[in-house]
Amino acid sequence: MKYTCSPEDDRYVMLKSIGVRAVDDLFTDIPEAMRLGKDLDLPSALSEIETMRLMEELAAKNRPGRCFAGAGAYVHYMPAVVDALASRSEFYTAYTPYQAEVSQGTLTAIFEFQTFVCRLTGMDVANASMYDGATALAEAVLMSMHASGKKSVVAGDTLHPHYRAVLETYCGANGLELRILPSANGVMDTSALAGALNSATAAVVTQNPNFFGCIEDVAAITGAAHVAKAHSIVVVTEPHSLGLIAAPGKLGVDILCGEAQSFGNPVGYGGPALGFLAAKGEFMRRMPGRLVGKTVDSDGKDAYALTLQTREQHIRREKATSNICTNQGLCALRAVIYLSALGNAIRPLAELNHRLAARCKSLLASKGFTAVFDRPYFNEFAVGIKKAPVVMKRLEEEGFIPGVHLGDYYGEYADCVLVCCTEMTSPAEIDAFAEAVKRCAR
Amino acid sequence: MPVIFEKSRCGRSAYAMPSWQLEETDPIPAALCNDGVDLVEVGEVDIVRHYTALSRMNFGVDTGMYPLGSCTMKYNPKVNERVASLSGFTSLHPLSSPALAQGALEVLYDLSEYLATITGMRRFSFAPAAGAHGELAGLMVAKKYFEKKGEKRSVILIPDSAHGTNPASVAMCGFDVREVPSTPEGDVDMQRLSSMVDEDVAAMMLTSPNTLGLFDRNIVEIASVLHGKGALFYCDGANLNAILGVAKVRDMGFDLMHINLHKTFSTPHGGGGPGSGPLGVSDELEPFLPVPVVLKGDDGFYLEQNRPDSIGRIHSFHGNFLVALRAYAYIRMLGPDGIRDAGETAVLNANYLLSLLRREYNLPIDRICKHEFVLNDKDMPNGVTTNDIAKRILDYGFHAPTVYFPLLIPGAIMIEPTETENRETLESFAAAMIEIKREAESDPETVKSAPHSTPVRRVDAVLAARKPVLKWEG
Repeated sequence: MKYTCSPEDDRYVMLKSIGVRAVDDLFTDIPEAMRLGKDLDLPSALSEIETMRLMEELAAKNRPGRCFAGAGAYVHYMPAVVDALASRSEFYTAYTPYQAEVSQGTLTAIFEFQTFVCRLTGMDVANASMYDGATALAEAVLMSMHASGKKSVVAGDTLHPHYRAVLETYCGANGLELRILPSANGVMDTSALAGALNSATAAVVTQNPNFFGCIEDVAAITGAAHVAKAHSIVVVTEPHSLGLIAAPGKLGVDILCGEAQSFGNPVGYGGPALGFLAAKGEFMRRMPGRLVGKTVDSDGKDAYALTLQTREQHIRREKATSNICTNQGLCALRAVIYLSALGNAIRPLAELNHRLAARCKSLLASKGFTAVFDRPYFNEFAVGIKKAPVVMKRLEEEGFIPGVHLGDYYGEYADCVLVCCTEMTSPAEIDAFAEAVKRCAR
Repeated sequence: MPVIFEKSRCGRSAYAMPSWQLEETDPIPAALCNDGVDLVEVGEVDIVRHYTALSRMNFGVDTGMYPLGSCTMKYNPKVNERVASLSGFTSLHPLSSPALAQGALEVLYDLSEYLATITGMRRFSFAPAAGAHGELAGLMVAKKYFEKKGEKRSVILIPDSAHGTNPASVAMCGFDVREVPSTPEGDVDMQRLSSMVDEDVAAMMLTSPNTLGLFDRNIVEIASVLHGKGALFYCDGANLNAILGVAKVRDMGFDLMHINLHKTFSTPHGGGGPGSGPLGVSDELEPFLPVPVVLKGDDGFYLEQNRPDSIGRIHSFHGNFLVALRAYAYIRMLGPDGIRDAGETAVLNANYLLSLLRREYNLPIDRICKHEFVLNDKDMPNGVTTNDIAKRILDYGFHAPTVYFPLLIPGAIMIEPTETENRETLESFAAAMIEIKREAESDPETVKSAPHSTPVRRVDAVLAARKPVLKWEG
């Protein structure tokens, strides 16, 4: 299948107008020795029918299963309006809204995204979105470093291990120091925090709810950070939690970042994801990425446009706040449509998520699988299961994605499994899951 | 157009909870909770009308020709959207064990093989979520490579025609930028380059073909000068479309590159993301690729996490998988002949369009172009500028070209028609551009006050920056 449409007679006219005899004459600037002159060694072309069959076969080699895994990627219900509206091709076949006059759809939606993020988090300013949660965190840390002129950052070991790894990569490339603070009973050890901070500390990074699903004492951590004249950066991987737990902006958090895939985007094997970044007003001109602002057109009508672009790479080049030159536009649009549909029902939905997780936790406990931490949690919790890897494999064979084995990341939590429940795991499925765990653990 | 928040009315809703009765067994302490959230209250019909109306204020490739230079806005096959909505892919959790994700891993592994065949590189990592992210990862690879060799090199060379992302990526990676000038013919200035390359240079980044839409005729010499001093040669693959199936990047002497899948391999640009910027490297640089790397073993495909020389992780999971998936389907559909046809037709279309416009518009560098070409506003009468032309072309039902880039051409108008536009469309675009030139002569005010027929009139960007309003406050 081809998507070009220049038959031979068209080509003849075009080549004549150019003043050359053959298409090959258009490539004479490429040294002869480099030109292939033969077909690439790729599988031969397919029709649309064959392509669809091939892709269905490949899809069938994956087994998504009944998913009890979260850990940064969450399966939530996506109302039908999300796909219906986001699949309008005026949205998805457009590009960066440089020409504001024909991009008001994209621009308005991003402006709404920025507004949703601020309303949900209590922060002053949010950008148009980032690649994903982990890179949003890395950029948040770099922003804090640039703002403070300090070159050290402290993060709890309750931070998602992948986010920690990405942060290490970015810090390493910039000669910045990353120190990891051990946790106590599943949360950051606040008693050790003050001692870990010094005049070189730019920021303290806290994930909330943290990787273990526990809710951190963000107010206390932020207080300790501020005493040491460091920024408090909070990272959220499950933003549905913000329907229930206190808005970071109200707790004095300086920079908030994270992953918003869980709003209207499929898990999709981890991508595309939807990073977000919000901050106190003082960071407005330091924000990486795109910002959309409200303005007027020449008739005085409300209109939206990309703004404060002098921060950005295409203007500032090596002096830009970041090299990022895109956002996750379509994912942000999906999040906006999702949040419009969910609206203030985010509160009961968050409560439902919590109660489903609580049911799962107590059912597992009643079968002898106790929770690892005795802490408030949102929709994820860690549970002890002897010989977890073996049990998990059996559960997979029964069609479950049983969660995430903490032992893969933390030596001290071998045989602990991180389990997640959402509105997509019904009470009946949770009951069946608990039964299956018991059966597979024999 | 009002925002959704302005349509909010107390008590309206578009979401109903399931009727499950659940007890509260582990209440979260009130001190940790909020006292309610105020997002929006609208009905489903309101939402559908609102976003449908917004979509109609947008211009996409499906709306019309989108000749945005350096962005390769080719048509996106509809079947790819169907492919990317198969639940076997969309519902797959990224931490599923490899045994449950064989289909996804096969796609990533084979796509790396296909891209390796197309470019001559050894292997690709799909962790980078965008082109700029791929650049950053590539520079990290360069950094690690020299660290391992025990060499301290702090400089990256960049031509003056480069995308802004190049220098910004360099700065983000802790290197210093040195700018290499171009000759009046649009090639890298070899004399200047030779004097700039020393043991301090880690790499040079070059877009190939370059941002003027020209293939650098000194490519072999550039590679040889760099390699002679032990430096690496990085290809910004933004313009790969022009040489698809015609020549391999590796054969030009490049050691590593990123590809923009959303450009060359036709995944929708999504209004600005998600894209995908896989990083490809030579044999020698393969150990430094970000983790995890997809490999093939006796028991099928697996993810290798422990690679001692790797730059580490750069994405929460595996990059923008569903974007890579569309690129995979696109390559399978086109096959070797279709891939070459795409590259050749892109170049044919660009040169044809140039042949139609060159008599009316100033062409700063007159050469056979590749996939795009750069005009400017030098010959425009009555003070009509590039920006005016860009706004006026919107009235004719086309998206504007890229404007004021590359920086070394004043008032640049960068036009990339792509291979998926047919001859009639190219001709009507050329006719519109020529008509604008006539208007500039006889009725310049119409051009200077354009656009006239778009959903909003010319937008005041200065006000937006002077008094930033970045969220709706009611």
